[in-house]
Amino acid sequence: MADDHHGPTVRIYLAVFASLMFLTALTVWVAFQDLGMFNDVVALGIACTKATIVILFFMHVKYASRLTWLLAGAGILFLLILFAFAMADYVSRGWLGMPASHYLQ
Amino acid sequence: MADHAVHHDHPHGLAHQFEDMPQQKESAIIGMWSFLITEILFFGGFFATYLIYRSYYPEAFFEGSSHLDISLGAFNTAVLIISSLTMAMAVHKSHEGNKKGIMVYLILTGILGLTFLVVKYFEYSAKIEYGLVPGLVWHPHGENSPQLALFYSLYFGMTGMHALHMIIGIGLLIWLFIKTAQGTYTAEYNAPVEIFGLYWHFVDIVWIFLFPLLYLLGTQGGGH
Repeated sequence: MADDHHGPTVRIYLAVFASLMFLTALTVWVAFQDLGMFNDVVALGIACTKATIVILFFMHVKYASRLTWLLAGAGILFLLILFAFAMADYVSRGWLGMPASHYLQ
Repeated sequence: MADHAVHHDHPHGLAHQFEDMPQQKESAIIGMWSFLITEILFFGGFFATYLIYRSYYPEAFFEGSSHLDISLGAFNTAVLIISSLTMAMAVHKSHEGNKKGIMVYLILTGILGLTFLVVKYFEYSAKIEYGLVPGLVWHPHGENSPQLALFYSLYFGMTGMHALHMIIGIGLLIWLFIKTAQGTYTAEYNAPVEIFGLYWHFVDIVWIFLFPLLYLLGTQGGGH
């Protein structure tokens, strides 16, 4: 039964660890470079990359069943829905150029 | 699979509602991921709040972030990544049924988790000393003091909930260590070690996002 797990090898774990440490150093270094609005984009891009690496290898999703993929994907999908709908509301509030009290009278 | 269950009368650790060990383990992993979805959305609420207020008050968020110690934040990021490696190794050893290996890597993971919390304790102490705790000791009097308080409320809310997850994690880790020492886990029955690993890595991922959003934001000094 132990051969049911085709989990990562120790070598893969060490490579994953090295890349996570490298990306941490990279994100600190990039934070001190003036990229204007792209500082945020790069920082979040690196964080998403690190999270993906952790999910695929440390959390074994790369080697897991399709049902596990579905659940992990559902978590991320609902998170994006939460962000998208909340931001769609807050960002668009000023667009009509009239105070909210207008609707209340 | 049904034949399999008949041959193994009652393998160690197999609950009667499952056909065999792989099915039981798969169910445990699916169950843990279902729980993690609720955790993703729980922290998602914090991140959405952060996103909204940061888009409203970028200057105050930059200023608040600039008071956080990047080297301590980076150090703790590294500590958590190392602890994820040791946790992954504990799970790896559990697949081999290597009791001593599991115990060694669980201890290392626990020590790293405690290291993280000790650093966090010193960071919180400094914030209390400088009066940057909204509602408790709040010294800023500038024009943007209320917006700054929003940043620090989110800082304490997010890192505090994260730290609570670490404390719960260390508690579970001690329990796992005792069960391992009692010889509960074998090459066949090790799902508790595996799903605890999933929890631990999830808590690491939360910090992977907290670090740039809270600590690295202030380096560009009030830019836009």
